[in-house]
Amino acid sequence: MSTPTLYGLCAAVLIGFGVYGLIVNPQPLRKILAFNVVGSGVFLLFGVIARRGAGAGFGGDPVPQALLITGIVVAFSATALAVALLLRLHDEAGSVTLASDAPAKADADGHGAHTILPK
Amino acid sequence: MIALDAGLAALIVALGVWVIRARSAFAAVAGFLAYGLLLTLVWVRLHGVDVALTEAAIGGGLTGALLIGAAARLRETEAAARSERPGRIVHVAAALAAIAVTAALAVGVLTLPVPAPSLAQEVAANLAVTEVGNPITGVLLAFRAMDTLLEAIVLLFALIGVWSLAPDRVWGGRPGPQQYADPNGILAYVARVLPPIGIVVGMYIFWVGADHPGGKFQGATIIAAMWLLTIMAGLTDAPPISRTWLRVGLVAGPLVFIAIGFAGAVTAGAFLAYPVGYAKPLIIAIELALMPSLALVLALMLAGAPQRTAS
Amino acid sequence: MSAVLDLFTIVAVACGAFFFLAGTTGLLRFPDTFTRLHALTKADNLGLGLVILGLLPRVDSVFTGCKLVCVWLLVLLSGAVASQLIARSQRRREMNR
Repeated sequence: MSTPTLYGLCAAVLIGFGVYGLIVNPQPLRKILAFNVVGSGVFLLFGVIARRGAGAGFGGDPVPQALLITGIVVAFSATALAVALLLRLHDEAGSVTLASDAPAKADADGHGAHTILPK
Repeated sequence: MIALDAGLAALIVALGVWVIRARSAFAAVAGFLAYGLLLTLVWVRLHGVDVALTEAAIGGGLTGALLIGAAARLRETEAAARSERPGRIVHVAAALAAIAVTAALAVGVLTLPVPAPSLAQEVAANLAVTEVGNPITGVLLAFRAMDTLLEAIVLLFALIGVWSLAPDRVWGGRPGPQQYADPNGILAYVARVLPPIGIVVGMYIFWVGADHPGGKFQGATIIAAMWLLTIMAGLTDAPPISRTWLRVGLVAGPLVFIAIGFAGAVTAGAFLAYPVGYAKPLIIAIELALMPSLALVLALMLAGAPQRTAS
Repeated sequence: MSAVLDLFTIVAVACGAFFFLAGTTGLLRFPDTFTRLHALTKADNLGLGLVILGLLPRVDSVFTGCKLVCVWLLVLLSGAVASQLIARSQRRREMNR
């Protein structure tokens, strides 16, 4: 088995584990982590395809590798936005559950609890 | 060499399982950091050194720092969340879905076409016109410059999305909590020693990206990390996001990029086309304008939504 | 001459790998944070230093060799800072208990 095929199978296994973790873990932060594992597995798969396209003196096809650099940066920005949403949810509701009937934190000026999650 | 690859692949899968199955979120994030660094080694084995640099800087470094901060802030909610684990049926269904995805991808990997289709020949044939030696820089800034422009704009949109999550009372304020570090302590010491070295290394990686592995994304990440280090050590404070110089700095890079694109439409016939002989100066101009904006965007995305008022 | 250099590389990298092994064993087996930090710094300083010393005969220019030594110095700096910060926060946590 050649090196790219080995890493391709490794990427497939990583994506599978990431999908499992995304569905099973109840905490949003663990879901974000699992999503990043899926993302890095997809990038690895793409890198395997880039490696197989080596030629003309390059070690790998440059076009998929350039797209991968773009992809890694955009994946970081998506993670940053997801974490910011999660931290805002934590500040507002006091807990980070995605369940729809969660108790909400009372407002700071004593107006009583207001739910921001849809019933 | 297959032993090295098999060992790396086994380690990476084991770390991926650790990230999914660790008990505490902090342990999972620590595993994710190590996973990112091992993935850098895998990229080097796949002959993608530029991608390895980007993975180490952004995938391992910035994402890891972001997730560690989040895990620290969310530490007290873990016990409550753990009691919400779904039942056996969901576990079995998720496992089946995961096995189906893995099997489909494995079949795809094993039946990839031979010989592999590739654009390497076309890139090699056209690289001499752009006068850059690194084919990935040529692809990023000459052949697929539109992707890079849209990526810079997507980063700005994500930053605006993060900023829009500020509560009303701190709208336009400073991101992150007030950092109090001992001015004679070790963190202040390293925040004085490391940034000059870091800035030189960042500029070097940016400049050498024209002919060797490197480029502006990796260099901008290092410079952003140095700025964040001084903020974390309390030597400077995060600027309020309503400051004009900050907003001008953020949009200056993409605006220069778009302006060069329109100039190319006028002088060379298509948006983001370069006139003959002006390819390398224009590429350098785009990179020089884009790198400070990129450093600002990456650092501010890591700092998060505003938490304090501007005063 | 090159055989001597190759032997030097193999011996130095093997010794470096031994120190990494010792550091990892210490990380896994030592009872508390401070002793584990002590084990990890051995891996950082000695292990990485020996590996880089072993790789120095194989570089093709003095500049690359200087870059390798810079890598080692930066890892030393970051390892020392991180160890101090972790130890201080652990001590503060134990005093507050």
